[in-house]
This record gives sequence, structure tokens and C-alpha cells, in this order.
Amino acid sequence: MLKMVPDVVEELVVAADGKSLDQDTLRMILSEPSDHALEQALLLKEKHGGRVTVVTLTAPEVDEALFKALAKGADQAIKLNVDQTVVGSLATARALASWLRADPQRQAPDTLLLTGSYAIDDLEGEMGPCLAEMLQWPFVGVVTGLALDASGQKVTAIKEFFGGLRGEYEVDLPAVIGIQAAARPPRYVPIAKIRSFMKSATLGAAGVAPPDPAFALEISRMYVPEATGRAVMVEGSPEEASRRLVEILHQRGIV
Amino acid sequence: MNTDILVLAEHFKGEATEITFEMLGVARTLAAALHGQVAAVVIGADTARLAARLGAADTVLAVEQAPAAMMSSESTVPLLQQLLARRPARLVLVAGTNICMGIGAKLALRLQWPYVNFCKAVNATDGVLTFTSLLFGGKILADLRLPDNRGIVSLYPGSFPPDAGQSERAPTVEKIDLPVEAGRVVFKRLIEPDATDVDITKQEVLVAVGRGIESQDNLSLAEDLAAVLQGAVCASRPVIDQGWLPLTRQVGKSGMTVKPKCYLAAGLSGAPEHVEGMKNSALTIAINKDAAAPIFDVAHYGICGDLLEILPVLTEAIKARKGA
Repeated sequence: MLKMVPDVVEELVVAADGKSLDQDTLRMILSEPSDHALEQALLLKEKHGGRVTVVTLTAPEVDEALFKALAKGADQAIKLNVDQTVVGSLATARALASWLRADPQRQAPDTLLLTGSYAIDDLEGEMGPCLAEMLQWPFVGVVTGLALDASGQKVTAIKEFFGGLRGEYEVDLPAVIGIQAAARPPRYVPIAKIRSFMKSATLGAAGVAPPDPAFALEISRMYVPEATGRAVMVEGSPEEASRRLVEILHQRGIV
Repeated sequence: MNTDILVLAEHFKGEATEITFEMLGVARTLAAALHGQVAAVVIGADTARLAARLGAADTVLAVEQAPAAMMSSESTVPLLQQLLARRPARLVLVAGTNICMGIGAKLALRLQWPYVNFCKAVNATDGVLTFTSLLFGGKILADLRLPDNRGIVSLYPGSFPPDAGQSERAPTVEKIDLPVEAGRVVFKRLIEPDATDVDITKQEVLVAVGRGIESQDNLSLAEDLAAVLQGAVCASRPVIDQGWLPLTRQVGKSGMTVKPKCYLAAGLSGAPEHVEGMKNSALTIAINKDAAAPIFDVAHYGICGDLLEILPVLTEAIKARKGA
């Protein structure tokens, strides 16, 4: 279950309604933890077999992300008919849950549902715990290590706490796991390979009922934060700026 | 209508974590505005000792359980649901930490209440509550209201003063027996970090690198600078995830919280989960190509430029100064 999010490298512009992001200037990318979830799924498939199905909502740039997932080794890519840019994180989970519920095979006992542990727009909750609650499956998030038990009925998940401390958990399948980082960085796939998948592969499309808007949060105002303690900018060439920084470090007794 | 507030106290290795006091401080503000009471929930073993620290709450509800119960949303959520059936509250505050991740979102769905994530500020003027959440990696704020002031709010750690939730007062402690469901998630063991590496929390100078370092080869630029400053190199999440530096060098939400004399952040955008781990550095200097990077709102001094150009020049300038 992958999620597209606004690319924050671009400047985010608040729309005229003052309550949402301006759709025209929005550039969407695959959420980074989602990319790690895909990588972890591919790593598990390489080790244990099985099939990797990638599901997203509709969003700008999503086709490219889905073809890329296929080029990396996913077996199937499915796009749901709900626009990611206009629904909140709760409705996103509801749409994905209805797709999962539509076919009992999608809830088979050996199903492992991976999501990104978080996304930068999870205002109403992260996808992982929401899906877990909707499906009544167990959940662990912030996971950076995942192994399938020999029985094929459990996974061992390593969850990060803080300060480098981690916990090991045993989780019964079917389960939802929120991936913070895959065991390896997401693999590189050449653009030529993605293009060839764009020509030869097809994306699956699935229709779900519009997600229930109940308990959606109403945003009264969205705005760019005012800088509270803006840094003093040191100008000039690298040499000039460095000389000035050395002075600052000297005054503080660091050099 | 009086609005009672429930705070899920977070604790680790028998100690209440800082976010617990941040939550209690916020709960006191909310209770004052809404004429309600504050109850703190402690789930775990040896709750009496923990409860004694939570005097900012009017009542501490102590739920004796195996220590692992708190470590999983799977066991915590049903306990909270049962507790709320006995002790109604309209607002529930949970920690926006890795430990508690998932508890708020799941509980909200179970209770059919709205949930506010990433809450950075709370305003309670004339009994009207406004919650402000930090979205899109710190680039956008959103103001929200909860209908009937009812909901679950996850507080972003480090956003509220923990002192406001400290009190010498002895709270009323009430022990509550609740059955725990047989878990489909079993906490097996705690994994301690590798103790053989440099302890970045004890360094006076840290050179921190982010995505802007671009490749593992470029790390030597940061190593060279750290060496002349007698410090160490640390990094944000993306660099660690690439495997370029060990987990022990990570600063931020999942990593270390550091307070060095000098934190030099190179090629780091300043995502909230990183800033959480370094915002109390005595002096922060940021180098970033993007003049709009949020790190410049945290830093004392900034250079807008390419770290690959600036770091070697800065290293040489420090060497020259030391030689003088």
C-alpha cells in the first residue's frame, strides 16, 4: 500500500481557500517510507517467494511510480479510482481497506501488508494503524527489520524506539507492518527499464466506493510557518563565508 | 459541559519520558480552559513509583500490567478503550513518539472520534480550542478545531514545555484492574545500541550531514572538518538508511538527542523528526543549497551554498586559524 505525497523540495503554496494546498503547483512523489516498504516487500519476495502487489490511489505522477515498482520486481500494480490529493489520510486508508475487503483472497492468512511507517501528510493518522484497525489485523510501526518465521505464520519485526534502542516483536499473520526503513536502501532501476515497462506492462485499475468522510478533520486555516528564529545568513564566496564562520567559532571558544 | 482530559503517560525502563510532562502541561492548560479534570493513565509494572511523579494530574489511573503491555498498540488500545468506558473523558492526549506510534490512530477509529496528529501548538482562548499541526516536513501549519472539543490528539515531542507538567504534589492514585487480551503482537526483547562506536551525545562539536552529502565518498569532507574541530560526524535518517553511517550516528526521533556546543548541519533540510534531536544545541550553523530550508529557522548562522564546495574550504580556514 503505497502513498504519493507532495514533493517538499518544491515550494508549497496554500490555495486561495486558505485551507488546502494549491493543486496547480503541487508536484507529487512517492512517499519515502512507502519506497522503503516496497523495497522490503521485494527483499522478502526474493528470499521466500510469494507475490508483491502494489496498490495506490490516483495522483499526479503515480503511473510513473507504479511502473517503476513493476520494473523493480513487483508482480502487479493497481491504481484505485480515488484522488489522493483531495482526501485525507483517514479516507485514504478507508479506500484501501475497501479494496482489500472486496476480495477474500486479498485477506488470505499469509498476507503481509506493508505501508510506509508514516507520511508527511498523515494529519488524521498513519495508514498502517488505520488499515490494521479497519481490517482487525495486528500492527507494528517504525519497523527497520522484518523476517518471515519458518512456519510462514509469523514475522519478526524490529521497531525503533529512540536513542538507537530497538525492540523485537513477533507478529501473527495476516498483519500490517509500517516500514520506516528497508533492510537495504531502495534499489536503483535504470530509466530505460522503467520506459520499457511503460510500453509493455499495464497498470491494474480498480473502483471502490467513495470513502466515508466521517470523522475527517476540518482544517480552519493552512499557512506557511513564520520563522521564529531565522538564522543570520553569512554571505560571500566560500572563502569569505568560511573566514567569517571561523571568527564565530573562535568567539565561542570552539576554535 | 465539563471536559475531562486523559493523558496516556509514556514511560521507558521505569521512568516517565519527557513527552509525558509535556502532555501533562498541555492537559493542565486545556483543563483550565474547559473546567475539566486531568487524569493520567499509567500502564505497566511498578505503576506506584511512576504515578508519584505525575502530580500535575488530578488523578492517576494505574493499570498494573506486564511491562511489555505499553510497548505495543495491540495491547494498549483495548486497555484504553475499556478505561474510557469506565472513566469518560472527551480529550485524550497521546505521545507522538515511536514508542506510542499507532495508539492514537487506532483508538480514534475504535471510538469513532476524530484524531489530530503532529500537534505542535494548542490554543485555548475563551473555551475555544485550536490545535495546530505541523505538516509536509515542517513546511506547512494547519489549524484545526475538534467538534464538541472531543478527540484524540497526538503531541509532537519537544513542542511544549515539560516544566508545565511537573509538580511536587502527590496525585490521587487509583488502581484499576483490566484484563489484557492475548496478543497477536508479542514484545520479545529490547535491543541496546552498539556501545563500541563514538557516543555522539558526549561530543562538544558535531558535524551533521544530510541528504545533501550525495554519496558515501563525500563523507570524508565531513570527517575532515570534524577532525579539525575535534568532534564527530553524525547524520539524519536518509544517510543512515543508505548504510553510509551506523545507527549510533543518527540524530533525531529514532536516533540520539544531542546538545553539543556546536552543531554544524550540512546538507540537512531540517525535517521536524531531525530537529527534534538537535534543537537544543548551543550553537547551530547550517549549510544548505535551499535558502528556504527549514533548518535555517533553527540555526543561529547559515550559509546558503553547496556543502561540497564549502566544507573543504572551511576545514582549511580552521586549520589556518589554528596554525596562526
